[in-house]
Amino acid sequence: MMNDMKQIKHHLTEPLLMGYAAGTLPEAFNLVVATHITMCDTCRAALAEYEAVGGEVMLDAEPVDIAEDALAATLAKIDGGLVKETPHPARKADSVFPGPLQDYVSGEIDSLKWRKVGGGVSQLVLKTSKDASVRLLRIPAGTAVPDHGHRGTELTLVLQGAFTDEEDRFGTGDVEVANEDLHHKPVAEKGMDCICLAATDAPLRFNGLVPRIAQRFIGI
Amino acid sequence: MMTETNALAKAKVPAAIVAKAATVAQQNVKVGKRKVTADAANKRMAWVVQVNAIRDSQDRSAFSELFAYFAPRVKSFLMKSGASPDLAEECTQEVMATLWNKAHMFDPAKASVSTWIFTIARNRKIDILRKQRRPEPEDLPWGPEAEPDQAEAIGLQQETEQLGKAMAALPDEQRKLIERAYFGELSHSEIAAETGLPLGTIKSRIRLALDRLRHAMK
Repeated sequence: MMNDMKQIKHHLTEPLLMGYAAGTLPEAFNLVVATHITMCDTCRAALAEYEAVGGEVMLDAEPVDIAEDALAATLAKIDGGLVKETPHPARKADSVFPGPLQDYVSGEIDSLKWRKVGGGVSQLVLKTSKDASVRLLRIPAGTAVPDHGHRGTELTLVLQGAFTDEEDRFGTGDVEVANEDLHHKPVAEKGMDCICLAATDAPLRFNGLVPRIAQRFIGI
Repeated sequence: MMTETNALAKAKVPAAIVAKAATVAQQNVKVGKRKVTADAANKRMAWVVQVNAIRDSQDRSAFSELFAYFAPRVKSFLMKSGASPDLAEECTQEVMATLWNKAHMFDPAKASVSTWIFTIARNRKIDILRKQRRPEPEDLPWGPEAEPDQAEAIGLQQETEQLGKAMAALPDEQRKLIERAYFGELSHSEIAAETGLPLGTIKSRIRLALDRLRHAMK
C-alpha cells in the first residue's frame, strides 16, 4: 500500500503542512495529515521543510529569561527519569488503516460498527477534540455520496478504492482539500468499496431536503 | 559487539567533519544580500557534535551549552504560542530533558538541531497547552545502510542555515505572517495558499535523504 506512492496525485496544501508543522491544526485535521504523510513521501519531505522553517522561527524568537536554577532542575528531571517519553504503539503493517489511524480505529473494515447514513453509504465517527470532526466513510462501489457543500474546510483522504467528483479522480492515498466554494458529489468507482477518512471544521451542508433532514439525525 | 557499535557511533561526526563544513562554507554561498559564513555553519555542526556527545557519553557540559542557547528560545516560542511564563518554563525544561532522552534518535542528515528541538517543543505544546492527542506519521524504518551520510549531514546543516538567512531577508510583512502562523495566531484557513517561503535547496536535500532511505529499505 505504501509503495504505490508514485500514483498519488493529490497532495496536502501549504497551509495544512505549515499548520501541522506549527502544531496549530485541530486534532481531526492532524489525523488526516499524519495518515496521508504515512502514505506519501512527497508530503513527508514537504513537512520536513516546514518543520525546518519552524526551527528558524524559534531561533529568531527574542530569547526570554529562564529560571536561575533551570539547568539544575532539568538535570534533576533527567536523573530522576521524570520526563517519560511515550513509546510508539505496535502497529499492523497489513492493515488498510495506516499507522496513525490505527490509534483511533480498533479493528478492520468488516469488524467496525458502521452506521448507515443513507444511499448505502455508512460512516464511523472517530473521537477527537471538538474543534473539528473526522469520520471514516464507506461508499459501496458505484455509489454516490449525497451532494453536499461546506462552510469550512473538508479533507477527504482515500484509504481504499477511488472516487470521482466534479474536480477529478481521487485514488488510494490522494487527499482532496475542499473549501466552501465546492459543492461536490463523490461517486465511488466500480469494483471495490471506497473507504475514506474525512475531516471537517464545520458541519457539512447537504443540498436537497431529504439529506438535510437526515443530517440532523446522523450528525454529519 | 557493543564496543564496536559504540565506536562506530562515536566516529559519526568527528572534528574533521566540522572542519570540512567550515571549508565548504568558506565558499561563501550567496543568499539574498547575506552570506552564509563559516562561523554560522560551524555553529550548526557544533550543535550536532554536542547532541552526539550526549548520546555517546551523557556529556553534561555539551548539554549545558545546548541548554544555554536553546532554552531561552524554546521558552520564548512557547510563550508566544500562548503559554504563561510558569507553564512555558516547565515545558521548556521538559523539552530539554526530552532532547537528552532522545539524543540517539537525532539524524543530522534529516534535520538541523534547531529543527529537531522545534519539533520536540511543538509536540510538548500540543500535549500540554492544547491537551490534544497528537497523530504522527509512521516513521520510516531504518534500512541496514541508512546510516547518516556525513556529506549529506553537512549539506543539510548548511542549507538550513541558508533557509534561516533567506527568511531573515524576507520583507517584514511576509516574515511576520509566517511567524504568526507558527505562533498559532493564524488558522490554516488564514494562511495564504502560496506562502512564498524561500525553501530553495533544502527542498532537494530533504528529498534526496528520503529517497536514499527508501532505497535502503528495498
